[in-house]
Order: sequence, then C-alpha cells, then structure tokens
Amino acid sequence: MTLEATLVVQIGELLLDMELAIAPGEVVALLGPNGAGKTTVLRTLAGLLALDDGRIVLDGQPLEDVADGAWVPPERRSVGVVFQDYLLFPTLTVVENVAFGLRARGTGRREARARATALLDQFGLAAYAGRKPSALSGGQAQRVALARALAFQPRLLLLDEPLAALDAGTRTEVRRDLRELLAGFDGMRLLVTHDPLDAHALADRVVVLEAGTVVQSGTLGHVTAHPRSPYVARLVGTNLLSGVAGADGVISVSGSAVRFTAADAPQPGPVHVAVHPQAVALHRDAQTGSPRNDWLTRVTELDEHGDRVRVTLADPPGMVAEITPGAQAELTLAAGQPVWATVKATEVEAYPA
Amino acid sequence: MLGLVLATVAVAFFTLPLVGLLVRTPWSSAWRLLTDETTLQAVRLSLICSLWATGLSVVFGVPLAWVLARVPFPGRNVVRSLCTLSMVLPPVVGGVALFAALGRRGLLGHYLFDWFGIRLPFSMAGVVVAQTFVAMPFLVITLEAALRQLGERHEEAARTLGAGSWYAFRRVTLPMARPALIAGAVLSWARALGEFGATITFAGNFPGRTQTLPLATYLALERDPSEAIVLSLVLIGVSFVVLLAMRDRWLDAAVGRRV
Repeated sequence: MTLEATLVVQIGELLLDMELAIAPGEVVALLGPNGAGKTTVLRTLAGLLALDDGRIVLDGQPLEDVADGAWVPPERRSVGVVFQDYLLFPTLTVVENVAFGLRARGTGRREARARATALLDQFGLAAYAGRKPSALSGGQAQRVALARALAFQPRLLLLDEPLAALDAGTRTEVRRDLRELLAGFDGMRLLVTHDPLDAHALADRVVVLEAGTVVQSGTLGHVTAHPRSPYVARLVGTNLLSGVAGADGVISVSGSAVRFTAADAPQPGPVHVAVHPQAVALHRDAQTGSPRNDWLTRVTELDEHGDRVRVTLADPPGMVAEITPGAQAELTLAAGQPVWATVKATEVEAYPA
Repeated sequence: MLGLVLATVAVAFFTLPLVGLLVRTPWSSAWRLLTDETTLQAVRLSLICSLWATGLSVVFGVPLAWVLARVPFPGRNVVRSLCTLSMVLPPVVGGVALFAALGRRGLLGHYLFDWFGIRLPFSMAGVVVAQTFVAMPFLVITLEAALRQLGERHEEAARTLGAGSWYAFRRVTLPMARPALIAGAVLSWARALGEFGATITFAGNFPGRTQTLPLATYLALERDPSEAIVLSLVLIGVSFVVLLAMRDRWLDAAVGRRV
C-alpha cells in the first residue's frame, strides 16, 4: 500500500509542483502557511481537481496520469476525505451519514446501517446515531466525519486541517482522541495542517509546502533542528540565518556583518545557520572563555511569553534571544539599550543550504 | 416617512381589488353559482390539470435545474434563456408556438398524430401541456438559484464517499434544497392554476374538457358578471390558502436546516 504522486497544477497565481510519496501505514503531515497549496494537494488526490501534469498512483493503480489520459473519478478512488468544515450531510442522521459511503458503493441498506452503527459505537458516538449533524458539538462532528470517511475502508485517508474548526479549549482533547482513532486505521494517512503541534501529535513525517513547492521534508525532529526556510524557522521558533561557509570554517551571513564559528565546521559553501533563542545569552559586558560568537548589539523589542522573555536584537546578529524574567530584571533590559549577545560555538547548527 | 406612505399605497393597491370583489359578491346566489355543474367541472378540471402540470414540472424541471446549475457546457446561458423564455412571453404567443409545434400539422404534432393518433390541441392533455409550458420555468429558476447558492461542496464530499454525481445530487443536495423545491413547485402550481392565454389558444374552451377556472371566469364575465365574481373568489381563496401554507412550510424547512 503506497502512494506515489507527482502533482502539477496551476490555480490562479499559485503553481503547485511537488512529489509526494507515502509508505504503507505511514502518517504524513503536510505543513505550510495559508495559500501554500495544501488543500489543492488533497483535492487532486481525491480527484476533485484535475492535474495539469503529473500522475497519481495508489497501490500500483494509476488514479490519474496526464501523459496517457488515465483518470479515475472521485467516486471510484479508494480515498476518504475529512474536510476542514466536515461537510456532514445536514438532512441525514448521523448513522445515515456514516453509512453513506457503503450505500453509495452498493452495500444493502441493512448491512450498511449495521456497519455504520458498529463504527459509531467504536467512536463512542452510539448515542448520537439518530440525531442530525446540527445537534453535534464540533468535536463530535469531527469524529462523525472521520467515521464517515473510514466506513468504506479507503486505502488512503486525507484530513484537511482536522482541528482548525475547533476552539482552543477542545482542540487539545480532540487532538488526543484523533490520535487514538487514527492509530486504529492502518491505511495511509495524509494530514494537512498549519500547526506543528498537530504534526507532532499525529504524524510520522512532515512535508513542508510553501508557495506550491516542497521546501523540506523529514521527521518533525529533524525539520525542527534544521529549518530551511524563514517560515519553518518561525513555526518552530528558532533563529535561521543564511550564509556562506569559508574554507576556514567561518560562516559569514549574507547581507550582514555576522560571522559564526560552529563547533562542527560545515563544508565550504552556502549554509543555513540555526540558533535556538535559548542558546543566545545576553550580558552587560564582553565575555571571555570557551569558543563563542559575540556581538555588541542593541535591544529592539521585548516580548513577555509566560515564564520567558523574547528579546529581539538589532542586526548584527539580528536574532531573537529567549531569557528568563529573572535575567531580564538583572540586566535591566529595555528597548534601545546596548547589550552583549553571545552564542557558544557548540550551539550553532550549520548545515548545507 | 415618504417610504411609509408609498408602502401604504402599495398595500392598498393590492387589497382594494379584493375588497371590491367581496363587496360586489352576490352572497345570496353565491352558493347556487358555486355548486353549478359548469363551475364544479371547471374547478375539477383546473385542479387535475394544474397538479399534472406541477408534477411534470418537477419531473423534468429538477433535472433541468441540476444541469443548468452543475453541468458546464457551451451555450448554457442560451439554453437557460430558451427554457425560461415562456415566463416573459405573452401566454397567447406561447399558445400559438405550441400550436406550431404540437398542433395536428405542427412540427412534432403531425408525427404524434400520424404514428400514435395523439392529438394534443383542444384536449385535456393539451391543457396540461400549455400549463406546464408556462409553469415549469418558475420551478427551474427557483431551484437553480438554490443549487447555486448551496454550492457543490457537499456533493464533492458525497463523491469522495463513492457517490456518482446524480446519486450525490439526489441524496444530498436535493434534500438540502427542499425549501426551494417546495417553493418552486408551489409557484409553478399557482402559475398553472391561473393559466389563461396559452390554454385558450392551444386547448380551446370546451366545458368539461378544456375549460379551466380562469377560462370559465372570463366567459362568465360576458354573460353574468356576478358569476365571474364568485369564480374569482374561488380562485383567490385557493391561491391565498396555498400562499399561507407555503409560508409555514417554508419557515419550517428553513428553521429545520438551521437547527
């Protein structure tokens, strides 16, 4: 059970052009900002949007191939979709909603109903079987949508921002439920989200999509440690600079006076430099000691986040430092104030761009 | 203030004729006129024909509205205009056109007659045809607007679940558009019930066969105005009841969708 797809489609200004592969039983999160083309990916896989070029192969069966005109309509693809706003059918009861896929595929009324009821039972929704979707809470509606998409046992399940329609309070709970329910389904799953928390809780691997192209993919841990775009860096809350590593191992950041020494000197050439905000230390005076990078800079902005204070520093080094409120009080930091920023060489993560 | 005055004038404009009818009604002879055999025949014929016309409008109009709202094809706007032209056409012209197409020597009519012996003009079926011709567009337009407004997303969801587009429409979208379907059917029925021009042109005016209530009313006006007034009251009463019933159903359906 694998999915292999090359998706090329132009929608307005956006050109989506990406490769996507999902291994058997794998959960992949498609992460990206609004307008990156995430939903477009789902629509092409589901057959709701035709490709301009490329192909989609599910378990060796071509669902679409622009080269030879192969095309399987959505109703004959084994692809279940959980839509962002669920799109439950308002005139049908919950159990009729869940049985819909089976009925549409020719299962008899009684058997479809029995199977839908069993699934609702498993999802803890048996009590709601006879109700209309309008009587459900957001979390319940989401589970019904998931049950409906899984009832006909698709080989690929697509989830579009499954938690976006929920308020922050229920999101955590529903995310946990969703994790358990998804674990009970052994097909391939592709989850679209803009929230790394969802990706972390639900996915084995993330694919980061920006402006229609894949900028990065891998495990969330790897992506977090080695962001390759400002979007990913912002998403995971780390400092990302681009530069060039010289033969001496010193990295000069493009368009800035910042120079870095990394403990693990990278190969000469273009590199990304990631520095976690907590690794940026602030002092009133110049420091000496272990191999480090230091700059005399200025505070441009202070931002309190619970028990952390995020300090934005002027260029150079143009980074964000994260310190404790205690440290802030000790340094008596204020916007516009000069300060020494230091980063240990061992805290500098440099990798080829 | 001016708005209020104009609105009052408008209300008066619509109520005054009704009051006039009520005032001029010969109540003493009303019952005798109502139970007159010709009147009863006309009422019966009107109900049967208008219900047939409504049924046919639904059977053909629903798929037509679906095609116009969902199936993109070149010339769709032209087809839509053609199919709703009879709404703005003078009904008499519609009747003449039907004659040209379905009359005994008409485009299709002479085949119907030669091959099957079917003669639509001056028959009860002719009344139904004339009424359907002018009534169906009301259903098509109402339903198509509702389908466009509902959008295709629920149908898309149904298709990912394995439903073909017509199955998805029938089981998902059409039930969602039920208020519009009912409203459209009622409008069509009201239009069919009141049909005059196309009916008298295409089907003639034979008591018991093609003489519907509006036709009987018009004829009565020349013979005995008080009878025409009583018949008018019957038509108004029926229409008013339908309008009231529709409001309730409409509201119910709308509320049902929101809950």
